[in-house]
Amino acid sequence: MRYLRLIAVGVSFRVREFTVSRWFLLMCLLQPVIFATIAFYMFKAGGRPGTLLYAALGAGMMGIWSSTLFGSGGALQWNRWQGTLELLVAAPPPFIVVLLPLTIATSITGAYSLLATVFWGRVFFDVPLHLVHPALFLLAVPAAVLSLGLMGLLMASSFILYRHANALSNLLEYPVWVATGLLFPLALLPGWVAPISWLLAPRWGIDAIRHSALGGSVWFPIAMCALTGAVYLGLAAVFLRVFERAARARATLALT
Amino acid sequence: MSFLRIFFVGGLISYRALFNWIRPWIYIPTMLGAPLFQIVFFTYLGRYSQAADDDAFFIVGNAVQVCGMSCVYGMTMAVANERWFGTLGPLLASPANRVAVFLGRGVPVFANGLLVSAFGFAVGAVLLGFRPPLHSLPALLLVVSLTTVSCTTFGMVLGCIGLRSKDFFFAANLAYFLMLLFCGVNIPFSVLPGWMSAIGHCLPLTHGIEAAREIAGGGDLADVSGLLWTELGIAVAYAAAGYLFFRLLETASRRSAVLDAF
Repeated sequence: MRYLRLIAVGVSFRVREFTVSRWFLLMCLLQPVIFATIAFYMFKAGGRPGTLLYAALGAGMMGIWSSTLFGSGGALQWNRWQGTLELLVAAPPPFIVVLLPLTIATSITGAYSLLATVFWGRVFFDVPLHLVHPALFLLAVPAAVLSLGLMGLLMASSFILYRHANALSNLLEYPVWVATGLLFPLALLPGWVAPISWLLAPRWGIDAIRHSALGGSVWFPIAMCALTGAVYLGLAAVFLRVFERAARARATLALT
Repeated sequence: MSFLRIFFVGGLISYRALFNWIRPWIYIPTMLGAPLFQIVFFTYLGRYSQAADDDAFFIVGNAVQVCGMSCVYGMTMAVANERWFGTLGPLLASPANRVAVFLGRGVPVFANGLLVSAFGFAVGAVLLGFRPPLHSLPALLLVVSLTTVSCTTFGMVLGCIGLRSKDFFFAANLAYFLMLLFCGVNIPFSVLPGWMSAIGHCLPLTHGIEAAREIAGGGDLADVSGLLWTELGIAVAYAAAGYLFFRLLETASRRSAVLDAF
């Protein structure tokens, strides 16, 4: 119960912290809206206006991924720079309980981008907002956000030994957009990409959100969000245990 | 002679000093990895959206635009980081010619931008089957070089923001993304509203990308001379604006004693 309270308070605190950050404003509002606009005009140029809601949802998911990637990937680095990483590690609760609210908050903040791209599309591009399964849509979005937050936890835990996590974050933004079919179907990509996408929560997240909005099976991708999230959580717990111990033993925890 | 020494040697030394943190494990993911996947992403999106007849439209557009990774971010940092590192005061206290100091730091950034763009074209050739005529390569190099220069001068203007504001990275990031939208990198101008097209034609990249597409499609330099002169004019205009901005902010910062203050 104490841990649940800590997670709830942590998530609330971090979401408020990120909401006033200009960096997250760029990541969660401006960048997704710009990419959504590019996609809208590209589909318009190609004479495919029927795909605009598809593009709006995909661009929103891109924003959730960017927010999670840079927020969670950079979480430890920011705490290193601010000199608070040792305090967090030394705090009585297990480190994973301290870190989890931060990574979930990055994906929750990222969910602004979904609202932003759908609103932008509706107001400026007349994107139809008819949802096939509105109730399931309300379930699919939190499932996607939570699974991405847990993926963020896995990234944060594995970046603990890598001092240049921000460079790795720069690299990983586009590949996941490509490999999870956020703006175009995976069928366009070479066959070997599909098995990789099965391991990535954004693929199941966007499937759940798109199927609930445009039609299709929703429960399977939601279940896959839950499964991938559980696997990320388990792996992150192991990684944190090993890497945190190694960083403390080598006295490299606070080194930037 | 002193002008040239400050321009080239000073520019190189400042680059080595301000970017001393660059290592292969930072450079490769950021400057090569991200552009690679950007080109792949937009080419596949282009295939799906059918926004253009062939992949070359997207490969050329993005391969030229990725020079902004160096020109926009690098140039912004090459100016603004003097303040961040606490070296702006000594720099401005020196009697060195300001034009040489200011423009000289664009030389290494330009070279890096050209390298990133060349890598982008190589990605297009190796992964996406981009095959421009061999005889067009020298002209393509000239076009990309000129476009990289104009993008560098645009970065100089953005860098000046960092002389007064803390949020220069915000401005640089926003500018980089907006260039994707306004400069015809992935969207044919025929579908953009007039006002967006008008803004795009005042920005660097736009004319250069159009010229590069024509050259890659088999055209020669004579066919794109108008576009190239316009791109050159834009480069000169941004360089002049950047320099004026730099001097204005320098004077204002001296007057209000906020050179190194955050």
